[in-house]
Amino acid sequence: MKILVPISKVPDTTSKIAFTDGDSKFNEEGIQWIVNPYDEWYALVRALELVEAGGGTVTVINVGDATADPVIRKALALGANEAVRVDVNPSDSYVIAKEIAAYANDKGFDMVLLGKETISYNGSEVGGMLAEFMNLPYISLASKLEVNGDTATLDRSIEGGSEVVEVKLPLVASASKGMAEQRIPNMRGIMAARSKPLTVVPASGAEAKTAYVKYGLPAPKSAVKLVDPENMDELVRLLHEEAKSI
Amino acid sequence: MSVLIVVDTKNGEVKKSSLEAAQYGASVAASLGGEAVALTLNANNAEVLGTVGVNKVLNVTDASVSASDPQKVVAAIVAAANKVGAKVVVFAHDSTGKAVAPRLSAKSGAGLVTNVTSLPNLASGFVVSKNVFSGKAHADVNILSDEKIVSILPNAFGVKAGEGSASVEAFSVDVSGINSGITVKEVKGGNSKVVPLPEAELVVSAGRGLKGPENWGMVEEMAEILGATTACSRPVADIGWRPHHEHVGQTGVAIRPNLYIAIGISGAIQHLAGVNGSKVIVVINKDPEAPFFKAADYGVVGDAFEVVPRLNEAFRKFKAANG
Repeated sequence: MKILVPISKVPDTTSKIAFTDGDSKFNEEGIQWIVNPYDEWYALVRALELVEAGGGTVTVINVGDATADPVIRKALALGANEAVRVDVNPSDSYVIAKEIAAYANDKGFDMVLLGKETISYNGSEVGGMLAEFMNLPYISLASKLEVNGDTATLDRSIEGGSEVVEVKLPLVASASKGMAEQRIPNMRGIMAARSKPLTVVPASGAEAKTAYVKYGLPAPKSAVKLVDPENMDELVRLLHEEAKSI
Repeated sequence: MSVLIVVDTKNGEVKKSSLEAAQYGASVAASLGGEAVALTLNANNAEVLGTVGVNKVLNVTDASVSASDPQKVVAAIVAAANKVGAKVVVFAHDSTGKAVAPRLSAKSGAGLVTNVTSLPNLASGFVVSKNVFSGKAHADVNILSDEKIVSILPNAFGVKAGEGSASVEAFSVDVSGINSGITVKEVKGGNSKVVPLPEAELVVSAGRGLKGPENWGMVEEMAEILGATTACSRPVADIGWRPHHEHVGQTGVAIRPNLYIAIGISGAIQHLAGVNGSKVIVVINKDPEAPFFKAADYGVVGDAFEVVPRLNEAFRKFKAANG
């Protein structure tokens, strides 16, 4: 089976979020970059498990500039066979999806598996767009994925539960928590990653449909009001009369 | 210029997140001087959309047109948008919006913004605010294409239903030519009476401070008294004390209820990212230095095993007195 795993470069989950240039740009100073956790922990690991069990290859693809190469190497260290980087600024989801589709469309992938969203822009957009550009079925928010011959069975999360769907390959699916468990790359994987192919391809020229104009941080919270642990009636009164939340 | 709102249903009833999206769409239609039209998927109570300002409803009555098969929903949306001349399509950013909206964007070339928390500013284009960095920040995004798609963060606006009625007409769309090969085999738990986390207005959540899964009884009791939904922190889901779907935070579910009660959760930055959109946060923790207190509106420094039963009693008394 040939699996494609799109990965995004995102700030580490502990990063302090700040902006620069009149709040028009994310401040990258001091930021540690990682593979988007949903792409890595769930999509990539599940893809590796499927290939380990049934043979095949895992290709990771990133849309971005050379600053993404270290996180792409991390994906290779985890076990992906090869990597592709489409060399263009990933200005919005539309551009990312269209560039991935431009690369992938004639490569015969059986499956495209990616995280349900990035922890940076939280779009949940690329998977569905990619499915349309590749004219494939799309299963979003999958917490389980099994493959039997040319048929995949997935659990798609819905509010308050999930539905079990069967779909013929090829397909696009987005992975959420539960699909796989995070792996830590070992020394052998890290060494092997250095010599695995990372191919840089030119962009096809997709144009953005949206533009990020300005960023901001939430207004700071006022100081916490402490309530005597012996007097929970007082807390209930505050929640009812002051906060009006019950 | 009319606005089309995509409205999904659960057991034939309009989803709460869709009702909120419909209200948003009606506001956008009013500022554009157009009509608010809802496309409902197999709704039995579509007329309820009139109470949030929708003028007209096109109701698809074909069970195969569902979010499980996004290509069919996209076909229905394209047909409906053409029929009413819609240039803006509105979704709720729930499981339906996530499955369908991106596909529509790629098919139509209309720019999409998800996780939207504001009405559009039309003074310099079509600029909406959205949450980014898992709620640690927000961004203003301009949609550059003529046709626009927005997907609304559930609970960002709340529903204020008023008077008003919408005309409902059946809308048929031919999807026989679409074969995506998707078959739904089974639906698990989707009919539960518990309000799903992203839609919940009251959430009671607990973490490692509870010491073990056997101690969750008092948390579930609180949820039951309040009619709240239960949640948990990531470590608790990872060690298997609670199911993964209860995990709220940066890599779990992001929520913005009216009230979030956190018990025995220290408040790591990744947890805060998923819950800091909550309107009121109550933190119960025995460690006065727990970082969560900085993000809280109300705090109780005390042992959860003493405080929570006392609070449950107080809630019960309040409910008895206030119905």
